[in-house]
Amino acid sequence: MRIRVIPSLLIHKSGLIKSVQFKNYKYIGDPINAVKIFNEKEVDEIALIDIDATRENRPPNFEAIAEIASEAFMPMAYGGGVNTIEHIKRILLSGFEKVILNKVLHSNINLVTQAANLIGSQSVVASIDFRKSLFGGYKVYTDNGTKKTNYTPKDFAKIAENAGSGEILLNFIDNDGTYKGYETEIIASVSHHIRIPVIAIGGAGNVEDFRKAKQAGASAVAAGSMFVFQRPHQAVLISYPKQSELKETLFNI
Amino acid sequence: MITIINYNAGNLGSIKNMLNYIGIQSQISNDKYIIENAEKLILPGVGHFDYGMQQLKKSGLIAVLTQKVVIEKTPILGICLGVQLLTDFSEEGTEKGLGFIKGKTISFDKTKLASNQKIPNMGWIDVDNYTQSKLFENMHDEPRFYFVHSYHLELENSTDCLVTAKYGYDFAAGIEHGNILGVQFHPEKSHKYGMKLLENFYKNY
Repeated sequence: MRIRVIPSLLIHKSGLIKSVQFKNYKYIGDPINAVKIFNEKEVDEIALIDIDATRENRPPNFEAIAEIASEAFMPMAYGGGVNTIEHIKRILLSGFEKVILNKVLHSNINLVTQAANLIGSQSVVASIDFRKSLFGGYKVYTDNGTKKTNYTPKDFAKIAENAGSGEILLNFIDNDGTYKGYETEIIASVSHHIRIPVIAIGGAGNVEDFRKAKQAGASAVAAGSMFVFQRPHQAVLISYPKQSELKETLFNI
Repeated sequence: MITIINYNAGNLGSIKNMLNYIGIQSQISNDKYIIENAEKLILPGVGHFDYGMQQLKKSGLIAVLTQKVVIEKTPILGICLGVQLLTDFSEEGTEKGLGFIKGKTISFDKTKLASNQKIPNMGWIDVDNYTQSKLFENMHDEPRFYFVHSYHLELENSTDCLVTAKYGYDFAAGIEHGNILGVQFHPEKSHKYGMKLLENFYKNY
């Protein structure tokens, strides 16, 4: 069975960047150019996340993201600074199929329910960032990985599901930008604990990592660095696995 | 010129975007007079079946749609909820559908899905059994399309089936009956495959 393979693009100061463990930003380029290249590569879906919006306590930049979406011929999800039902309506009108909620899950989980009633669960993605603690165990973080909460990813995913989320974007901060692979243990525990799809993100280095996430229970896989850098020198190069490789390693299992 | 029917249920901008990109003129409208004079229609839609039908009723467009599609045989392409509304009814709700095509919209049979096949079916599927249709003329090899749905079509006449897709089992992913066409997937979000399909709708019907 096919699963979705999703480039995740981070917007910082109106350009695209890529982080390592949510820090050390490296400039990638212009978002519209990147989306045009991803069109040519026929990617399954794109997740676009404005990592400044919540930090700067401002709403999404609707004009800018609408322009990016107008170039996209694949499904698009947007996250960053989404706090109200009005934001959500405008994001959908801007050409996105889905909204990604993160910080607001902790301050106003009712927004998930409201949004699901208005646009359907399938369009509401709950984004959960987590780290491994020093003494084992895993905790959910907010504010670009700077604020620790008391929730485990598993418990918080259940809360998000019960509120009406259509899927969970499960982001392992520790492996972000490291190519070390996903945290499959948590992917397995979360995806077996809830019925909605889990999108794995954080650490993918190759298609083999996607396969492991799928086997652990992920319904989709997402990555950043793998699609925008060429190793070993981290030169900016937008790429996407060939369908033949995906079929052989990922879909046919 | 293609007229995209705006009845306040779903995102119409991306359909217009793709049509623009492939050089086909289109307009988004909820105006009876414009729809009365349309050469080709697209009925889009996202959301609950009953919501879609209620919005159509509220828009006051059902009479003109029936006149155009049933009497004048104007080509119409339903997309996603749009194609479901063309059937007689849906298990999702209690409203009657437009009934332009003989069939109904039913829930996925969960007993036939694998444990990792969630509802809604959300993702890309390589479609099958489409070669007969002009909508798939000169289609790129191994066409795949983006789907988001919890309900699917069940047609009374298998000859109305335009294309099939497999999710747990094979289901009708599109219909074609004379001037009445529709697809469950989103061509406007399906790269060159969707572009070819929309181009064919414009050119061949």
